[in-house]
Amino acid sequence: MPKWFAPVALACGAMFAASPFLIANAPYESTMGLVQKIFYYHMPSAWMFLLAAIVCGIASGRFLGSGDPRHDRTAQAAAELTVLFGLLTLVTGPLWARRAWGTWWVWDPRVTSSLVGWMISCAYLILRKYGGPGSERLAAGVAIFGMANVPFIYISVNYWRTIHPSTSVVPTLPVSMGVPLWFCVTAFLMLFILLMAMRVRLEESRGQLDALHLALEE
Amino acid sequence: MLHLRFAFATLLLTGPVALAAAQPAQPTQQDEFVPISQLPPQEQLPAAPLLVGAYVFVVVTLFVYVLSVARRVTTVQREVDSLAAEIKGRKKG
Repeated sequence: MPKWFAPVALACGAMFAASPFLIANAPYESTMGLVQKIFYYHMPSAWMFLLAAIVCGIASGRFLGSGDPRHDRTAQAAAELTVLFGLLTLVTGPLWARRAWGTWWVWDPRVTSSLVGWMISCAYLILRKYGGPGSERLAAGVAIFGMANVPFIYISVNYWRTIHPSTSVVPTLPVSMGVPLWFCVTAFLMLFILLMAMRVRLEESRGQLDALHLALEE
Repeated sequence: MLHLRFAFATLLLTGPVALAAAQPAQPTQQDEFVPISQLPPQEQLPAAPLLVGAYVFVVVTLFVYVLSVARRVTTVQREVDSLAAEIKGRKKG
């Protein structure tokens, strides 16, 4: 692992340990009350979900253009993180919605497009696992399609009729709510970088293992 | 005979009224939005289990994923080391 890994991992662990105290001290939102505090983990998860989909799409595009396996390894690592953070978003959202909207799920543009984005990432991983030789190029195409979905997820709340809060919520947050939110976003971003480093390392080791198997057969 | 007719007519006229009076009172139709905070307590969902459930799910999922990646990295690295040693041994032999 690179030299920066251990200190960043320590800082990230400390931030996750401190986050419940900051969240507990944040004020209650006037209409939703206690359940609104799911926001402090739900929104950073959602942002990391979108970031991972963008990283996966860009790396896949570069892989299709150059054929460099390093980009493919990055794309594969990012696809798994898209599924992970997407799952966190799609589970914490309904837990919040059950109390705030009175229902677990609504087929609203933000929620539905997020589910579609998550399913595209699942499709990428299934293709990579069971697609056989050459599936990496097909999967790269799927990843670009997944990245193209990201702007729709983001702007859906501003352009379509929806009950999901719009993108104007974060810039208008009071400082007392903004501080714990940005603290959690930083912790999630550090975690994302750490997990990316671990997953890329895993793919590199797998590549090394394949090369050694070939060398042994020769 | 006239008394009988009068009694029958009275029964016909007052019967439905008496029946209607015997029915339980219909609840008033709700025709406006009621905020969740103003619902009666039996219709309100407790927020704490949902909040705790969300945080526990995030922490447990992340922990399991980190353990899974660490285990996969260790397994693959062990195989790489073992194969590299085997290739080195063959070259020497």
